[in-house]
Amino acid sequence: MTTQPGSLRVSGLAPRAVTHRRTSARMRAAALNCAGVLVAVVTLAPIVWMISTAFKPRTEIFSLTPHILPGHPTLSNFDRVFSGSAIGISFWTFFKNSLYVTGAAVLASSLLSLLAAVAVARFRFRFRTTFLILLLVVQMLPQQALVIALFINFRALNLLDSLTGLALVYTAFALPISIWMLHNFVAAVPREMEEAAAIDGAGPARIFWRILFPLVAPGLVATSVFSFIYAWNEYIFALTFLSPNFPAKFTLPIYVTYFMGQRSSDWGAIMAASTLYTIPPIVFFLLVQRKMARGLVAGAVKG
Amino acid sequence: MTKLSTQDRPGQLGRSWDGAPQDPAGLRPGARIGTFVRRHRLAPYLLLIPALIGVGWLIVWPTIQVGLFSFQNYGILQLAGVAPTQWVGLANFTAIFKDPEFWVSLRNSCVFAAIVVPLTLVTGTCVGLLLNRLGRRMSVFVSATTLLAWATPTVAATVIFYWIFNPDGGVVDWALARLPTWLGGGAATWAGFNWMSSALPVYTVATLLLVWQGFPFIAVSVLAGLKTVPGELYEAARVDGAGPWQVFWKVTYPLLKPIFLVLLLLSVIWDFGVFPQLYILTGSGANLDEYNLGIYVYQKAFSTPPSYGLGGALALVLTVILLVITVGYVRASIRQGALR
Repeated sequence: MTTQPGSLRVSGLAPRAVTHRRTSARMRAAALNCAGVLVAVVTLAPIVWMISTAFKPRTEIFSLTPHILPGHPTLSNFDRVFSGSAIGISFWTFFKNSLYVTGAAVLASSLLSLLAAVAVARFRFRFRTTFLILLLVVQMLPQQALVIALFINFRALNLLDSLTGLALVYTAFALPISIWMLHNFVAAVPREMEEAAAIDGAGPARIFWRILFPLVAPGLVATSVFSFIYAWNEYIFALTFLSPNFPAKFTLPIYVTYFMGQRSSDWGAIMAASTLYTIPPIVFFLLVQRKMARGLVAGAVKG
Repeated sequence: MTKLSTQDRPGQLGRSWDGAPQDPAGLRPGARIGTFVRRHRLAPYLLLIPALIGVGWLIVWPTIQVGLFSFQNYGILQLAGVAPTQWVGLANFTAIFKDPEFWVSLRNSCVFAAIVVPLTLVTGTCVGLLLNRLGRRMSVFVSATTLLAWATPTVAATVIFYWIFNPDGGVVDWALARLPTWLGGGAATWAGFNWMSSALPVYTVATLLLVWQGFPFIAVSVLAGLKTVPGELYEAARVDGAGPWQVFWKVTYPLLKPIFLVLLLLSVIWDFGVFPQLYILTGSGANLDEYNLGIYVYQKAFSTPPSYGLGGALALVLTVILLVITVGYVRASIRQGALR
């Protein structure tokens, strides 16, 4: 039944030993499954609690005996978030802000990093190694340090309280890891295919779009997930650049914490806002989970 | 076919791209530029320029600027252009090193990293090993749930933990108050216990939060590493009578050592100056004992009156600490052949 690798060797033993081996293997599998369920439960618990609070009416949220699931689920928390009755501005404003900043950063960084990745993976040139090391080092610079200088520069350029300014920063900060991950993907495309196309008379642009691009597309998906998560999550630059005087410019993370500061006991609505904020990255993740895991390792540890 | 590419070493593939037949109408300006690019092997540089501008303008240059600020008296007056910016030598650094708050935040950062990093690594490794042993369906299910934790945005995760540990209606205080006294529970201690008011409880919540957020990445990386270990090695070890503990330390660990090293360094870098989680949990860094270096840098630079000079000096200290760790990371990556 359980085709354990060792079962062949065991079959030479007395039948009793075989059954013993089998039951112990089955018990081990059961124990492993229990551990798996335990990990899943502990991991999911905070997320489940967030969603359940978001659907609970106020009386249940502050009930003396809290229940895991809402007894009388309600949408009133979401209503307050969407209508903006809690802080005066609807959730959709912040959602659009975040979507704009994230979308712009993902598109721009994908394009720029693809170009750079081709350069790094396909050419040998001076400073190539220097550039690669720079990419690694730059990822480690603490953002609390950079935000000081960027705040001053952007103030001079009138880019504070501006979503475009944030999109610029997110593009730049998504570049190092994107280039690093993509150059592995580009290097994995067999050179012979491009050479064959060149012999058949295809020009550089044609080779790029017809041969390289389709083959690197999975890598682009993986890197764009990374930049998406980064820009969608980013807190410290948004916190510094977006002043509370212009709440309509807030991105979602700033909105959620601002909301918590303003309405510190309206946990139903705060959790509803957090849930809505969490949905896009999770949907994105589930769509590309497989490629994600591969790209993640390729980027961090080398594929 | 391959002969063509070996003719021209330096621009390896560039050869095949350059090898496109020349446009007979070589008078077009585009074609002339193309020839120029080819002759001087400019293609890689042209491809790099946009990314270099972005990284240079928004990452490298600001880093240099922060370094310069740290030797200047840059504050709100200088920002407004009312007073001139002056070089003050090492004054910012001596001010920092004399500030007891700096040493508190440095201690907090070190202790926090020393606790969170091993916890995250051990939890992640255990889950990775577990995922490797589970059946296919169960493994997909568990890894999907861990990815959910990883995909949850930092701010959302922090807000969730803030709510779970809230003194007014939080589920942790409720559960602890109902725990029997001999287990450390009881309403006397835990009913309405405020986790955010002093350093130890805040860092306890932050530890749980960071482990919860951080272990999926470790687990997935370890799992990917485990998939590369040939099964025969485990077979052989088991035949030789090695228990699971020995198998891990004698077979798995030596083979995955490079991965563990990179994960360790990355975790230290991420957790040492961690900002958003602590900033939100501590209520924008209200309590000085709760600072870590990340929050201390930010507060020095931006709280009233802002002092970008002091903030810059602190940021430089933080950067140097992280860079020392980064050098380790880069060397570990190079040893793995990542630069090939």
